[in-house]
Amino acid sequence: MNALELVDLNVWFGEGSDRVDAVKSVSFSVKQGDSFGLVGESGSGKSTVLRAITGLVPNCSGSILVDQKELGTGRSKRFYKTVQMVFQDPYASLHPRHTVDRVLSETLQLHGFKEIDTKIPKLLDDVGLGASFRFRYPHQLSGGQRQRVAIARALAPEPEILLLDEPTSALDVSVQAEILNLLCELRAEHHLTYLMVSHDLSVVGHMCDNVAVMQHGELVEMMTVDKMRNQQADHPYSKHLLESSARYRS
Amino acid sequence: MSNLVDVENLWVRFPTRTGVFDAVRGISFSLGKERLGIVGESGSGKSMTGRALLRLIRKPGIVEADRMEIMGQDIISMPEKQMRQLRGRDISMIMQDPKYSLNPVMRVGAQIVEALSIHEKVDSKLARQKALEMLEAVVIRDPERVFSAYPHELSGGMGQRVMIAMMLIANPKILIADEPTSALDVSVQIQVLEIMDKLVRDRGMGLIFISHDLRLVSNFCDRILIMYGGRIVEICEAGKLEEARHPYTRGLLNSMPQLNIKHDRLETLDRDPAWRDQESVSGIL
Amino acid sequence: MSLAAETEKQGLRDWLLAEVPTSRRHARMAAWYQNWLALRRNTLAMAGLGILILVIIIAIFAPVLAPHDPFTQDLANRLKPLGFGSHWLGTDSLGRDILSRLLYGSRITLYIVTLVAIIAPIMGLIVGTISGYVGGWVDVVLMRITDIFLAFPKLVLALAFVAALGAGIENAVLAISLTSWPPYARIARAETLTIRKSDFIQAIQLQGAGPFRIITKHIWPLCISSLVIRVTLDMAGVILTAAGLGFLGLGAQPPSPEWGAMISGGRKYILDHWWVATMPGIAIFMVSLAFNLLGDGLRDVLDPKESGR
Repeated sequence: MNALELVDLNVWFGEGSDRVDAVKSVSFSVKQGDSFGLVGESGSGKSTVLRAITGLVPNCSGSILVDQKELGTGRSKRFYKTVQMVFQDPYASLHPRHTVDRVLSETLQLHGFKEIDTKIPKLLDDVGLGASFRFRYPHQLSGGQRQRVAIARALAPEPEILLLDEPTSALDVSVQAEILNLLCELRAEHHLTYLMVSHDLSVVGHMCDNVAVMQHGELVEMMTVDKMRNQQADHPYSKHLLESSARYRS
Repeated sequence: MSNLVDVENLWVRFPTRTGVFDAVRGISFSLGKERLGIVGESGSGKSMTGRALLRLIRKPGIVEADRMEIMGQDIISMPEKQMRQLRGRDISMIMQDPKYSLNPVMRVGAQIVEALSIHEKVDSKLARQKALEMLEAVVIRDPERVFSAYPHELSGGMGQRVMIAMMLIANPKILIADEPTSALDVSVQIQVLEIMDKLVRDRGMGLIFISHDLRLVSNFCDRILIMYGGRIVEICEAGKLEEARHPYTRGLLNSMPQLNIKHDRLETLDRDPAWRDQESVSGIL
Repeated sequence: MSLAAETEKQGLRDWLLAEVPTSRRHARMAAWYQNWLALRRNTLAMAGLGILILVIIIAIFAPVLAPHDPFTQDLANRLKPLGFGSHWLGTDSLGRDILSRLLYGSRITLYIVTLVAIIAPIMGLIVGTISGYVGGWVDVVLMRITDIFLAFPKLVLALAFVAALGAGIENAVLAISLTSWPPYARIARAETLTIRKSDFIQAIQLQGAGPFRIITKHIWPLCISSLVIRVTLDMAGVILTAAGLGFLGLGAQPPSPEWGAMISGGRKYILDHWWVATMPGIAIFMVSLAFNLLGDGLRDVLDPKESGR
């Protein structure tokens, strides 16, 4: 069963002669419990796809299906309970004047949860932070800890699908390893479906089962991770990406 | 005196509300005519080391060292005016993001020419010619167009190549590159680094390459200093990275996911508090 | 006994500086305490704060402190110089004790300042954040209205309002508030525009939060510090505008000891009896300066660009 399906998605900014097409007729589907990677370089429109799913872009056409039900123009509370997102920069995605407790309790409140005081320590525990972090402000946390809080916030509504927008590119390598491990564990534990955007092929290779390559707003190739690992891309652009990535880490 | 840079017992300190924070804690190293990598994670003091070499640590930061020499000249006691002469002529620096290091309201060409004319008396025609040559040297196909472009009209990779051109035009002997390509796409990163590498080799310059990415650095350096908590914990020959022994270095190497190998779990780093107190390894040649 | 008090004080300090806050209240108190420590290191700001606290104490205890009744006229002793008998700062043209009038006048000044400081920034905050967050035609309409208000010189506009509403302190306050909100709206809008696109606002949008919640709970807390700073810096101007209205006879009405009105009353005697106008002038200057110093200090502590580091 498809947890998420995009059919002929177009996203553009501006109108008339100023119109810039950020995403051009992109279609793909993600099976329930799958982890799907979207790779490409900056400006390829990969992050815009995520924003289109969450309803944060001004203009888009085509259809987006979550749990095989088509989404309209607006997004309902139920949608936000099913689909959550983790942002790229943990330094920008937490309100600087709100404590961890406030971030989580507000999220829980908005989704109508009761027993917030028992839920918060559990959420913090899930992402590997102790209860001692509960009343801290973001500036008292390291980058990795902040990203854990952001993940806890995304987990709070007990979603089925998690959109990951370069969740580790702002972090140190060793911290990246911790966060990637955490994300893998959470997927297994909570039966989550991931849609992950990254410029780093090795991160996507580690996390995902299927990969789509984007260039200039178009989806140029889809392949399994095994194919990617064995450098068996068909499209010249994906080949080029794989080669430079392999050289980079040689 | 054959070394380009000599540093002995360098400390960089920042007084804060809760006490003095030591960003760099007594490191010693030297740079010959070689490519030296400084690798570490955020907070390891690697960037502060680079900035201290150019005396770019702002107040209230404090820089102390037993010896700090650039091509035999003592820069601890050097007056600021002389230091300004030294920057650009003898030693220059490429920063992470060209978006912030190029002046947005000045044409690219004018900025390169300015970088040259600070250190050399040249007439404008010759300066222009030299700037164009330099742009060509960083593999820009249409130097004329880039010369009269504004920084926002350039892509990230192009901008960083312009930065390299600007930093190398006065023929410095030492180049410090602080995460020069972290803001760029992977395929462009390699391109830019190869251009930088070629120029550095051809001109017989010394390079200090500061980065968080151990594997990347090992491709472009001869010797690598690994920093942790403001100290050097290990020094590796670039080719012998696999022989590194310090658990921190091993952790940096192994925690990175690799495309060709499938891991179920990534190795994580258990930070031993004892690492912070270990004696700093000397990187003097 | 003093040792016990000392350890208790130390305990409170440790509690406030604890690395790991244990409750919501604790975290908030600790954050406040950090700001207070930063402010305390700024000597000039502390001087400003000291003067303001002094003025507040004076205003509260004016009846106790004042040596004379501020309204009692004594025509036999009019225009007496400094240090005449028990009139330390002399007497005015009706023989009233200037010191007593100044002490009572601090109540009026604080009254005006407090009301303006509450009304104007809140109006500006509401208009500015709605304009910045909603955008589109709402933004255009609200900002054009703001521009219209900004286009008039403040005092002239205030004069027009007072003339329409009638003279008196309440109307003066209203007029000053109505003329001083536009700059706050501008600041709040500019802040909102930068905050609106940030990830943490998008994150809360993804939790299904509505615009009302986002504006009041997520945007306001970030705008307030820059508004507080601007308000303290503007307070001097407010006092002067109030004094100006008083001077023109449109603010506080005689025999009320409003400082501006006192200067106005002393104007006629400025050459022969300089103290009548000068003393309230010094009082206005001191309070304005205090607000300026405090505002400057607060900017260093609260500026989000600084504290974000």
